[in-house]
Amino acid sequence: MSVDTKSILIKPIFSNNPIGLQILGVCSALAVTTSLRVAIVMCVALTVVTACSNFFIAMVRNYMPSSIRIIIQMTIIATLVIAVDQLLQAFAYGISKQLSVFVGLIITNCIVMGRAEAFAMKNPPGISFLDGIGNGLGYSVVLLTVATIRELFGSGSLFGIEILPLVSNGGWYQPNGLMLLAPSAFFIIGFLIWALRTKRVEQVEKDEFHIAPHTIAEASH
Amino acid sequence: MGLRRILDDMAPHFEKGGRYEKWFALYEAVDTIFYSPSKVTVSPAHVRDGVDLKRIMITVWFAAFPAMFYGMYNVGFQGISAMSQLGLQSTGDWHAFWIELLASYDATSVWNCFWFGAVYYVPIYATIFIVGGFWEVLFASIRKHEINEGFFVTSILFSLIVPPDLPLWQAALGISFGVVVGKEVFGGTGKNFLNPALTARAFLFFAYAPNMSGDSVWTAVDGFSGATSLSQIAAQGLPAMSSVTGHELTWMDAFIGREQGSIGETSALAIMIGAAILLVTRIASWRIMSGVFLGMVGFSLLLNGIGSDTNPGFATPWYWHFVLGGFAFGMVFMATDPVSASMTNTGKWIFGLLIGAMAVMIRVLNPAYPEGMMLAILFANLSAPLIDYIVVRANIKRRLARNGI
Repeated sequence: MSVDTKSILIKPIFSNNPIGLQILGVCSALAVTTSLRVAIVMCVALTVVTACSNFFIAMVRNYMPSSIRIIIQMTIIATLVIAVDQLLQAFAYGISKQLSVFVGLIITNCIVMGRAEAFAMKNPPGISFLDGIGNGLGYSVVLLTVATIRELFGSGSLFGIEILPLVSNGGWYQPNGLMLLAPSAFFIIGFLIWALRTKRVEQVEKDEFHIAPHTIAEASH
Repeated sequence: MGLRRILDDMAPHFEKGGRYEKWFALYEAVDTIFYSPSKVTVSPAHVRDGVDLKRIMITVWFAAFPAMFYGMYNVGFQGISAMSQLGLQSTGDWHAFWIELLASYDATSVWNCFWFGAVYYVPIYATIFIVGGFWEVLFASIRKHEINEGFFVTSILFSLIVPPDLPLWQAALGISFGVVVGKEVFGGTGKNFLNPALTARAFLFFAYAPNMSGDSVWTAVDGFSGATSLSQIAAQGLPAMSSVTGHELTWMDAFIGREQGSIGETSALAIMIGAAILLVTRIASWRIMSGVFLGMVGFSLLLNGIGSDTNPGFATPWYWHFVLGGFAFGMVFMATDPVSASMTNTGKWIFGLLIGAMAVMIRVLNPAYPEGMMLAILFANLSAPLIDYIVVRANIKRRLARNGI
């Protein structure tokens, strides 16, 4: 693995995270992160779709007329998503029920479209595939962190196994109901971005305008 | 001026390069409590006013005192009344020790009620103050901004809008969320777009619903279940309302505050005293207060007019809406928060009307929430910048048209 391919795989995880820096694909991060098990399945599904769509789009990139490229990309992505959805329904019906429409909504996930447009249209298939995997991993890191926090504090469990004994089961932990509501994911993602940008200052956006500093003088009274 | 000299002697240690440079925010806070700073702004845009932010905040803090003292009395009165109904001799937890130290369980004595309430209220307030103060100082030290007395206001207001038997750890968690997410992440006092005290309450409301709503939390005694006046209205309508002691709740009871509810919200009378202080000193906007009041009156008259066979809440007259639940408190102390409200004068009217109308709308039309004041104000906070934008654009348009450009 050359340095280049390695950086394509690793970079999207922290330094160019699709959710953390580009703020893409946040909708599914809000919806499917109440339990870790569902989040993992979603991560795998999205990573597979992104990688494969990147691969196939990169393969046909030189044969696509630019004016209809979005339609062709959508067709490829939709085919992959339907395949994933069918596989889930066949082999993991319970989880597929929990994910409900969100597997289908991978079609409109901005990460998949974004990578297809930004990367696969300009690069050969192999490296595009890796780029898809890398971005899928970046998405997964955020999703799994959010899901861990939400399931642990919202239901006191991880993967459905009780970690913090709940008051209702005779334990001491009173679950935080907010964690089961979608807004909590907003807060957690916000905190994650805050932490990320504290660590990597180069990700902080420039101010749109600059507030002039106060000029202070001692009063003469 | 001995104190001035002491502070001046200490100053070099806290200024840049000094030993306690990190704690400058704390030094500055103490200094400006005692003395008005001699620094003045000379850059072009600034307000000339003898009252600075610190004096404003402290005045609001004092204005909340009548509601707070009455709240303590009322927590005691409701608690002791509930105990005699349940036949309890003692509250049976750590509160009992402190209550029995200086008082007994006798609801006719003002002192007993007051002390009972203080034993419940003071720990909540102390927790909120200490935990919230910790975040305030932490952010002030790291982000190099001043510690602001706004925090006094946030802490007292938050402590007055929670139920009396709120667990202390929830109080701590709530104020942490309110101060950090409601205010500090946006840059501190003056840059928050939500009211921090209400943000804190909303957090607890959604996170720990069993401790913040329902029938069993509004009286300090464990095991006593009594619906608040508002949920009674939602369920049965006005005529069926009863108080803790079982007799019918009159409008006067609700106005004076002899009902259960959040600590400082029950007495419209005590809140009106605070409102008078705020209006006379011109710290709170009369436009917002009037707007909230008129919005409430207008929307409840509308609902009275429409009427409903299935929802008894429709028939609630406006003068009941005014004295029940958190309406008066929200109108006087929450809606008028100058930072999160609209800035333009027309905007303040719209902002107020929106709150008043929405509060009644949520109370009456949404069966899940008997009280709507908190959500109405937070919603209006979010709309405030938009309202201001529209008002300013409309003004520009009007003036362009007038000058025929």
